Amino acid sequence: MFDTCVLKFSQYSSQSRYSSPSFCHSVDGTKMTENGVATRAKVLTIDTMNPTVKKVEYAVRGPIVQRAVELEKELSEGIKKPFAEVIKANIGDAHAMGQQPITFFRQVLALCSYPELLNDSTFPEDAKSRARHILQSCGGNSMGAYSASQGIDSVRQDVARYIERRDGGVSCDPDNIYLTTGASDGIVTMLKLLVCGQGSNRTGVMISIPQYPLYSAALAELGAVQINYYLNEEKCWSLDISELQRALDEARQHCNPRALCIINPGNPTGQVQSRQCIEDVIRFAAKERLFLMADEVYQDNVYADGCQFHSFKKVLFEMGPEYSNTVELASFHSTSKCYMGECGFRGGYMEIINMDNEVKAQLTKLVSVRLCPPVPGQALMDLVVNPPQPGEPSYANFIKERTATLSALAEKAKLTEQVLNTVPGIRCNPVQGAMYSFPSLTIPEKAVREARDKGQQPDMFYCMKMLEETGICLVPGSGFGQRDGTYHFRMTILPPTDKLKILLTK
Amino acid sequence: MHERVKSQRVGTKNILHTSNMSQEAVNGVPCRGKVLTLDTMNPNVKRVEYAVRGPIVQRAVQIEKELREGAKKPFTEVIKANIGDAHAMGQKPVTFLRQVLALCSYPELLEDNKFPEDAKKRARRILGACGGQSIGAYSASQGIECVRQDVARYIEKRDGGIPSNPDNIYLSTGASDAIVTMLKLLVCGEGRGRTGVMISIPQYPLYSAALADLGAVQINYYLDEDKCWSLDIKELRRAVTEARQHCNPRVLCIINPGNPTGQVQSRQCIEDVIRFAKEEHLFLMADEVYQDNVYAEGCAFHSFKKVLFEMGPEYSSTVEMASFHSTSKCYMGECGFRGGYMEVINLDPEVKAQLIKLVSVRLCPPVPGQALLDLVVNPPQPDEPSHTTFMKERTAVLAALAEKARLTEQVFNTVPGITCNPVQGAMYTFPRITLPQKAIDKAKAGQVPDMFYCMRLLEEEGICLVPGSGFGQREGTFHFRMTILPPTEKLKIVLQKIRDFHQRFTQEFS
Repeated sequence: MFDTCVLKFSQYSSQSRYSSPSFCHSVDGTKMTENGVATRAKVLTIDTMNPTVKKVEYAVRGPIVQRAVELEKELSEGIKKPFAEVIKANIGDAHAMGQQPITFFRQVLALCSYPELLNDSTFPEDAKSRARHILQSCGGNSMGAYSASQGIDSVRQDVARYIERRDGGVSCDPDNIYLTTGASDGIVTMLKLLVCGQGSNRTGVMISIPQYPLYSAALAELGAVQINYYLNEEKCWSLDISELQRALDEARQHCNPRALCIINPGNPTGQVQSRQCIEDVIRFAAKERLFLMADEVYQDNVYADGCQFHSFKKVLFEMGPEYSNTVELASFHSTSKCYMGECGFRGGYMEIINMDNEVKAQLTKLVSVRLCPPVPGQALMDLVVNPPQPGEPSYANFIKERTATLSALAEKAKLTEQVLNTVPGIRCNPVQGAMYSFPSLTIPEKAVREARDKGQQPDMFYCMKMLEETGICLVPGSGFGQRDGTYHFRMTILPPTDKLKILLTK
Repeated sequence: MHERVKSQRVGTKNILHTSNMSQEAVNGVPCRGKVLTLDTMNPNVKRVEYAVRGPIVQRAVQIEKELREGAKKPFTEVIKANIGDAHAMGQKPVTFLRQVLALCSYPELLEDNKFPEDAKKRARRILGACGGQSIGAYSASQGIECVRQDVARYIEKRDGGIPSNPDNIYLSTGASDAIVTMLKLLVCGEGRGRTGVMISIPQYPLYSAALADLGAVQINYYLDEDKCWSLDIKELRRAVTEARQHCNPRVLCIINPGNPTGQVQSRQCIEDVIRFAKEEHLFLMADEVYQDNVYAEGCAFHSFKKVLFEMGPEYSSTVEMASFHSTSKCYMGECGFRGGYMEVINLDPEVKAQLIKLVSVRLCPPVPGQALLDLVVNPPQPDEPSHTTFMKERTAVLAALAEKARLTEQVFNTVPGITCNPVQGAMYTFPRITLPQKAIDKAKAGQVPDMFYCMRLLEEEGICLVPGSGFGQREGTFHFRMTILPPTEKLKIVLQKIRDFHQRFTQEFS
């Protein structure tokens, strides 16, 4: 009886509603069993655990990746496969795919880790000067001290200056900057603040379909209502305000829509929104009273001609005080993407615009419980926003490395679109930005049926087969969301060009 | 104050009602108010408090700013004795650990003959386990595999050979991360079925904060101040029995060595707790981040895991447990790296799968922290070049802490109106202060009395402590928590100043 309740709920993966009282029964039932009958059951079981956690899915590291890891193990144990290695094209992890770190960053991080190296003449002066600046801002001049919970003060100031430069002088208050443990941390924290209410008042959060599944996972965990707005595949995954309106109007019938999330450049779509579109979204958010969350972690990853990154903050302020004084916005950035690819450091920040002061105090309080984001990540962020300048010794090399990485990505973006579009049954939109391609697949009816018989999504079935036959690990489109009856996969464009060519051929 | 009461109740209904009412206001009237306000935000977050970085610390930071801007004060610096941050208080990092971290950050240094071979060897091993040989790659969500293997071996060595399965090790972003993750898994149910979690009073307020955030029921069990903050099974039983009337108690949290109390539990006590957890069907959470910080004669750290297994299969194959460790404390003090792990014992395999899925959403813990943890569990061995210096540094740090623990207890106990239990371990002292009734009356107007006391101390002496109310204490008693971390000479001055302040304060309100 209880099991049925549990099963019923675990199928509601993306349209998660607030948790049902039926779980009460499970919990009570367990208790009764405990009291009534001498039981050897565990305290913590699938039936007695937090039900919202069960609803969480995260495809980027989901079942297909678990299988890929298993295959890697089998290969390392000498088992024969039709391939010599597993290529993990499932996750936006540049270094894992061979991208080299930026020399300057790693020099400064080494100096910060072991300051004795400040006496070492092999390190350039500008690296030493950054390291000293960072260490002086750390308690006891050590990266091992906790920082302020909002992040090291001087780093937040540097971030604010970076934002001002990037946005053509639109001012940025360091007090509105919160350093975070990757962008994911900031995103989850904001959602946590936003989600409340019961029943038909439960907070609804608008997310794109397709989306990066951190959002759907966080919403499931928080028991928020996920409101899907579909990006337009025929128009290069562009965002349509009439679709936003449709989604919102429908959602108002069963929840309280309060937030609108947008990823630009897009993940998994790679789409780079036009300035006009960004303006329209801001106007929409203002009109419909939605808190805007702008995920901009790929802001340096723009490849296509005619495309350009426009920060939501900048556009907001260019729209004049009627908007810039009222629209509540949080934008997110990270050290994991762009040209740095320093995923492992878990560096990130968010900028908060027009947040209510009392809520800001609550936010500051909330982040204090986890003490502070990792200091190496904060140091790294400082370098990203304060890189070598013309005239500094490391400048030439820095620009060379940065340019090489970004142009390689642009090259691979183009190559990917090109090759995939030669395959009958695969259609790939231009990869305008970010690090992924999200082509659509035509899956033969027979395969669809076989998948359904196995209890698998057809694109999962396809991707699993690809994995077993070629060792290539992708993520099925169902993990990101897609229109009913369509199938996709997400593949990173990160492997080195020659490996990518082989991959695409396969 | 009323917020604390609310957080001990099951009902979130009061808060939700408020939320509903605000909602009508927004829907009914054309409103120019913000989307996100105090009334329309997640009510659980409002109930969260974290005194270690709370209002008194915010005031301390303000004062520091004022000092920098040239404001005249009765002191020239603010001493932040509120937080267990060793490096901030002048403790030096362990050389070997930082050498390896530098090598991992900038592998070109592997060619540099200034670095010892054992450091290079560790760095190569760590880098070899990273994607693309870079600490910039995401790791597996559970943590780098060879680090988890090293952690398992460390645990086995520590626990006299009791096996540890690397599969049961989860690296985390500090111990806090893993503690919150476990609580998240455990908390569910509605109304009287809502999960109750037993925590010590006093406790480290991460626990109360997490329970408030999750909307769990906080079940307080009081440590016995008169018996050196020891834990009494009778008190555990009283607390759980009372709690069963209004919630579903499922978890028992214990911090050993204790924070803020510094108490090191006896082996007998740990056995009793395990027995109690089994009888009452509770999931045990053992926070052991101070496991190397044991100072008092006759005290020893006994890991819950070890004791559990020594109690035989009736317990070791049934009691569900998670133990937590960190790189922030002990002799390393590497708080900023956010390194940590938990070991889960007897966790249901289906729940384990859910746990793995849950941690995957945040991708992975910071890799520098994972690397650091690897070194902590795999330090220089007697036959290695860095061993001598490593042992020297480690011993010096721990000996200094032991000295300061003793000094602190000694000095505080000379002050009429301050009673200080022995600081058996950890990094804090939690003395009891007697406050004159006049001071209590004055405070009650706007502040909890020990907050009033601590604020005064901050304004007059520039010393920042955390009032006992931030950790919990028996009704009518007052305490403060002070770290023993400042360098010995400075600590002596701090102790003196507090002594003088207490005397002045007592006199003023007599």
